[in-house]
Amino acid sequence: MILTVASGKGGTGKTTLAVNMALLLAETMPVALLDCDVEEPNAHLFLHPAIDACEPVTLPTPVVDEERCCGCGKCAAVCAFNAILVLGGRALTFPELCHGCGGCALLCPEGAVTEEPRGIGVIEAGWAEKVRFLHGRVDIGAPLAAPVAAAVRKRAQERQGLIIVDAPPGTSCPVVAAVKDSDYCLLVTEPTPFGLHDLQLAVGMARELQVPCGVVVNRVGLGDQQVAAYCASEGIPILLEIPFDRRYAECYARGGQLVREFPELRDKLRKLWLRIRMEVEGDGPGAAGH
Amino acid sequence: MAQELLVISGKGGTGKTSVVGAFAALAEHKVLADCDVDAADLHLLLSPKVREAHDFSASKEALIHGEHCIGCERCIVVCRFDALSMVDGVAIVDPIACEGCGVCAHICPEGAITMEDVISGNWYLSETKYGPMVHAELGIAQENSGKLVALVRREAKKLAQRAGCKYVIIDGPPGIGCPVISAIAQVDLALIVSEPTAAGIHDLERVLALADHFGVETAAAINKYDLDLARTDQIEEYCRGRGTPVVGKIPFDEAVVKAVVEGVPLMAYDPDGQAAQEMRTMWMNVVEYLDAL
Repeated sequence: MILTVASGKGGTGKTTLAVNMALLLAETMPVALLDCDVEEPNAHLFLHPAIDACEPVTLPTPVVDEERCCGCGKCAAVCAFNAILVLGGRALTFPELCHGCGGCALLCPEGAVTEEPRGIGVIEAGWAEKVRFLHGRVDIGAPLAAPVAAAVRKRAQERQGLIIVDAPPGTSCPVVAAVKDSDYCLLVTEPTPFGLHDLQLAVGMARELQVPCGVVVNRVGLGDQQVAAYCASEGIPILLEIPFDRRYAECYARGGQLVREFPELRDKLRKLWLRIRMEVEGDGPGAAGH
Repeated sequence: MAQELLVISGKGGTGKTSVVGAFAALAEHKVLADCDVDAADLHLLLSPKVREAHDFSASKEALIHGEHCIGCERCIVVCRFDALSMVDGVAIVDPIACEGCGVCAHICPEGAITMEDVISGNWYLSETKYGPMVHAELGIAQENSGKLVALVRREAKKLAQRAGCKYVIIDGPPGIGCPVISAIAQVDLALIVSEPTAAGIHDLERVLALADHFGVETAAAINKYDLDLARTDQIEEYCRGRGTPVVGKIPFDEAVVKAVVEGVPLMAYDPDGQAAQEMRTMWMNVVEYLDAL
C-alpha cells in the first residue's frame, strides 16, 4: 500500500507524521519511507539512515553536432521550452531550460542532435533501523524538482509492504508527482485560516488525482474550529487530532523521534493506521466522500 | 527604482507570511506581492479588494481530435511523460501528466493532435488597507508556477514604479525549486525566515546556497527563537560565519497565531506584544540594510 503524507501549507507536520508512523509500524511490518520533498528533504534528520546506495537523477539534454547541423531551425521551432535557439545558422542550447522531451533529437532532419544525460539531483537509499529509507535531493539552482520527485516516487514499485511517501508542500508539479497513484493521501493541516485555505487546495488536488484522502489536524488548541467544520461539510474524515504541546515541538526541534519519547502518541498513531486501513478497504465513513 | 525585498524560508511554515503581514503594516510607500502562487495566504491577513482580475496562461496541452486518429500509436511511443494511452483504438491524453512539449503533435502523421492554451491560473491587482497588492492563484495541479511568480513580480514592480513606491515586499514560496528561483533572481535582498529546529537549519543552509548561486544579498530572521536557544546560537554563528546578518529574533508568542485566526497582521492585533516589538525592530534593521545597498 502506498500512503502519501501531504499538505498544502508547509510546516504543518508532514515529515513528523511520516517518520513516526514509519518507525512505529516498522516494528510489526515491512515499511519503506520515501522522502519526495526533494527541494528540502528533512526525514533523514530524524531517521539518521545508514546510506548504502546513491545514484544520480539525470535528464536527457540535447547536444548538437555542429558538423551535421544545417541551421534550419527545426529544433528551435519544436522546442516548447526555449531550450534551443538557432542564431546565424548555429544551434545554441540552454540545458537548464530543457525538460527532456526529446523532440529536438527526434525531429532534426540531419540527425545532428543527440541527447546526453545531465545530472539534476541524486537519490540516496539506506536503512534506518527496520525502515527502508529513500530520498531525493535536487541540485541547488536546478529548477526541475518534479522529475527528481518522480524518480524517487517510482522506486515505490520495487517495495513490498507499506510505503509511506513524504510529499513536498503546495499543490503543483512535484506534489502531483508524489501523490499520483497513491492508495491513500493523508493531509496534515493546522487549525488556522492558513491551514484551512491550503487544505482546501490540497483536497482539490487529491480529488483531481482521484486519490482518497483523510485529514490529520496538528497543533489543536492553537487556532479555531474552521478546519473541523470544513471537513464535516465536505465529508472528509478527520482521522487524528494532535494537541499542541510544547514538549512535542521541542522534541521535533532537536530532531527527536516522538514515538520513542511519548507513549501516548504510539497509541494514537497505531489507531490512525487502523483507520487508514479501513478507509482504503472501503468500509470507512469517508469512503463516500470522493 | 523600487527595491525588492523577498521573504523566503526554504522550509515551509516558519512564519514568512506573518512576517510579510507585519511588514505590510509597518512599511510606507510599498507594493505587496504574494509570490507563493501554489498556496497563497497573504490575502487572508490583508483582505485585498480586487481591482483587476486577469487569466494566466503559459502552457499548452495536447488535444486529440479522435475522428482523425488512426490508432498508429506513434504519439504514445514518443511521449516521455506517459501522458498518452489508447482507449478503443483512439489515443487519449492525461492532462495532468502532459508536459505540453508538443512532440506528439509534431509526430502524428494525420495531424490529429493540436496544442491548445491552458488557462492555468489567475492574477489580481488589488487594494488593501496597507497599500496595493499583486497576487495570484495557480489552478490545481497546474504547471508553470515559475512563470506566474515572474509575472506577479513584474506587475508589482511596474506598479511600484508608477506610484513612486520605495519597496516591493514579496511573500515567497517554500523550497528551492522553480518558483523560488523565479522569485529570487535579482531581488535586492532576500530575508530568510528560519526556526531553531534541525529541519529549519538544514533548509536554511540550502536556501542560502541558492541565494549565493544567484548572487543575491541575504539577511536572516529566527522565528520562535526561544524554542531552542542552543540551536538559535548555532544559526547565529552559522550566519555570522558566512556574512549574513541576523536582523530579527522573534519569540514564540501565541499572538502570532491569534492574529492569523483574526485575519489581520500581527501589528493590528497586538501592536505592543513581544513578537510585534521584535517585528518592528526587524523592519528597522531591514530598512537600514536596504538603504546601505
